[in-house]
Amino acid sequence: MSRLEQIVRAALGPDAIRDDSLFPSSLSMLVVPRVRFAETAKALKKEYALLAAEWATDETHFDRGFGIYACFRKEMEYLIVKTYAPTDDPTFPSLTKKFVPAYRFERQMKSLMGVIPVGHPDSRPWIKHEDWPEDAWPLRKSFDRSQIMPRVFGEYRWIRAEGEGVYEIPVGPVHAGIIEPGHFRFQALGEDVINLEEKLGYVHKGIEKRFESMSWKEGFRLAGRVSGDTTVAHSLAYCRAVEEISRCTPPDRALWLRALFLERERIANHLGDLGAICNDVAFAFLLYQFHRLKEMVVRTNMKLFGHRFLMDRIMPGGTMVDIDTEGVIKIRTELEWLANEFERIVVIYDENASVEDRVRDTGILSPEKARDLGMVGFVARASGLNLDCRIHQPFPPYDRINVNVRVLISGDVHARAWVRVEEIRDSIRIIREILDTLPEGIISVPIEAPLPDRSGFATVEGWRGEILYWVQSGKNGEINRCMVRDPSSLNWLGLEQCIHGNIVPDFPVCNKSFNQSYSGNDV
Amino acid sequence: MIRILRQIFHTGIVTEPLPPIVDPEIEKIGVRLEEVIKRRFRGSLAIRQVDAGSCNACELEIHAINNPIYNCERFGIHFTASPRFADMLLVTGPVSRNMEIALKRTYDATPQPKLVVAVGECGCTGGIFGESYASLGGINKVIPVDAFIPGCPPAPTALLQGILKTIEK
Repeated sequence: MSRLEQIVRAALGPDAIRDDSLFPSSLSMLVVPRVRFAETAKALKKEYALLAAEWATDETHFDRGFGIYACFRKEMEYLIVKTYAPTDDPTFPSLTKKFVPAYRFERQMKSLMGVIPVGHPDSRPWIKHEDWPEDAWPLRKSFDRSQIMPRVFGEYRWIRAEGEGVYEIPVGPVHAGIIEPGHFRFQALGEDVINLEEKLGYVHKGIEKRFESMSWKEGFRLAGRVSGDTTVAHSLAYCRAVEEISRCTPPDRALWLRALFLERERIANHLGDLGAICNDVAFAFLLYQFHRLKEMVVRTNMKLFGHRFLMDRIMPGGTMVDIDTEGVIKIRTELEWLANEFERIVVIYDENASVEDRVRDTGILSPEKARDLGMVGFVARASGLNLDCRIHQPFPPYDRINVNVRVLISGDVHARAWVRVEEIRDSIRIIREILDTLPEGIISVPIEAPLPDRSGFATVEGWRGEILYWVQSGKNGEINRCMVRDPSSLNWLGLEQCIHGNIVPDFPVCNKSFNQSYSGNDV
Repeated sequence: MIRILRQIFHTGIVTEPLPPIVDPEIEKIGVRLEEVIKRRFRGSLAIRQVDAGSCNACELEIHAINNPIYNCERFGIHFTASPRFADMLLVTGPVSRNMEIALKRTYDATPQPKLVVAVGECGCTGGIFGESYASLGGINKVIPVDAFIPGCPPAPTALLQGILKTIEK
C-alpha cells in the first residue's frame, strides 16, 4: 500500500474505500464521503503532499451524480481521492484552504461543470468568461456541444490598487508579438509592479468536451493539438492513459522511439525559448543563433519522420513512424553538429554582462512559493524543487536510461534559462543512449476498446513539465471523460507571484522565462 | 565581444541559397515576393499576427519565417506590434468564442487597404475543433478573408507562398 494511501486510511478509517476501476493498478484511487473530502486533503497536506490536479466528471449516466476528483502527489507517488456530489446538490468542500492550486482548478470546475466549491473565496468564472450565460455548463452531459452560446452582460471584477501615482495597465488579449492571447492586468506605481492579475480562457476551444465525441483511436490527434508546441508529450500522455485503460502494452521499439520524439521536442522548444529570452533583453543576436539551431532540428524531424514538430507520430498502441540505420546516422551527425554549435552560443550567453544584468535577480520565484503554488517542470527545478516525471514515474525506456535533473535555487530568469541549457545537454546525451540501445521489432500493436466504467491515468514529463491525463470509459465503452492537465494550469500562478518587486518592462522577459501555454491551460 | 565577432564569422551567412541548408524553393518565392512588395507596398509589408484560438503550432511556424534561414525581412516583410500600421492580418486558430470580439476589434483597427490571411487548418475550416459552443469554425466566419493557407501547421515555405499569392491578387 502506498504511503499516501496509508495516510488517508489512518485519517478516515473505514470511510476510505478503494476503487479498483483505475489503471494502472499500482496507482490507488480512494472514494471518500463528501463531508470528509476536505479532511482528507488536510491529512495529506500535513504529510507534505501536493495537489497535482482537481477535476469534476459527469457520471449521471452511471447514476452516480457528479464525480469530484483530486490527484495528490508526493515524490514518486500519486493518489487519487474521489467523492460524489448529487445532481440536486452539486456542491463539494473547497480545498483552497490547504492547497493554493485548488484556487483555479475549482473555479474551472464551477464554470465548466457547475459544481460549486463551498468555501472558495473567489466566485468569478475561470476559462468561461463573464459574458457567457451563468447556467451554461459545457462539460455536463445535458449540454449540447453544437449549440451556439449567446452573449450576456457580465462584469469581471479586478483587484485594484489605489493611491497617488498608481495606475492600471491592461495588456492583451492580443499581444504585441507572435504569441497566444491572454489578458494581464497590472497595478503599477511608476514602473514598479504592485500586483499582476491574469485572465486567461481566451483560447478555450472546448477540447475536453470535444474528446467525448471522438473514438479512443482518433483522440490522440486532438490530444496532440491541445498545445501544438507540446504535441508529442500530450499525445503520448493520452496514448499511455488509453493503453492503461485498455491493458495494452506497446512494443519496446515503439517505447524507445516515443522517448526519442519526446527528447527531440524538448530540445527544439528549449532552443527556441532560450533565443526568445535573449531577444526580450534586447540581445537579438542570440535569438537568431538559437533559432538557426532549432530550424536544423525541426528539419531533421521533417526529413526522418515527416512532420517538423512530430505531430500525429504517436498513436495508441505504438508509433506511426520508424527509423532506419540511415536515420540513426543522420541524427548522430546532427547531434554532434548541434552540441558543438550549442556550446559556442551558450558561452556567449553566459559571458555577456548586459544579459547577466537583466536576467539575474529578475522575476524571482522563491522555493517556498514554488512549493506552495505547486509548480512543476523547469519552473519548479529552477526554484529548488526536484521534480521530473521521467524519474519519479518512469516508463520504459526511462527506467533504463538515467536522467540528470538539474535543480537551481535562485528562481530567477537566469535559473529558468539555465535549467533549459542543462536539459538540452542532457537530452542530447539521452538521445544518443536511446539510439545505442534501440531494440528491434515492430512499432505498434492493435489496441482493443476498453471495458465500460474504467479509468486510466498517465503522466509524462513534457518540456514544460508534468502533463496529466485521466480518461474514463462510459457505459458503452466510449470516452466518457478525458481530463487534460497541462503543467501551465499550475505554472501560470507562478508568474503572478514572481513579478512582485519587478518593473513593468521586465514583464516580457519574465513571461518568456516561464513560457507557459495559453492553449494548454484553457483547453 | 571578441567571442560574438568570432561567432558571426564562424556562422557566416545562412540565408544564401546553399543546397544543404536552404531550400531552393524559398529563393524562388522570395524573389517574387520582393518584386511584388516593391511594386505594391513600396518595399515593405507590415503584418500584424493575431492568434484567434490556435494551439500555437502555427505561431511556431510564423516565428520560423523570421529566423535567419527563411529570413522574411530581406523581402520586406516585417511583423508589427500594432494593427494600426499593418497592411495585412495573419490570423491563426478557429476563432474561439472568447477571442471573437478581440479579433473583430483588431480588424476594425487596421486601416484600409488591408488584407486578411487565414493560416492553418483551423483558420481555414475550424480544423479538428470545428464548430462548437466554444469554437466558431474558421476565421471567415468572423471577418472577411482574402486568402487561406492550409496546413497543420503550414510549413514556412507554404506561409511565404501564401503571403505572396495574397498580395499578387
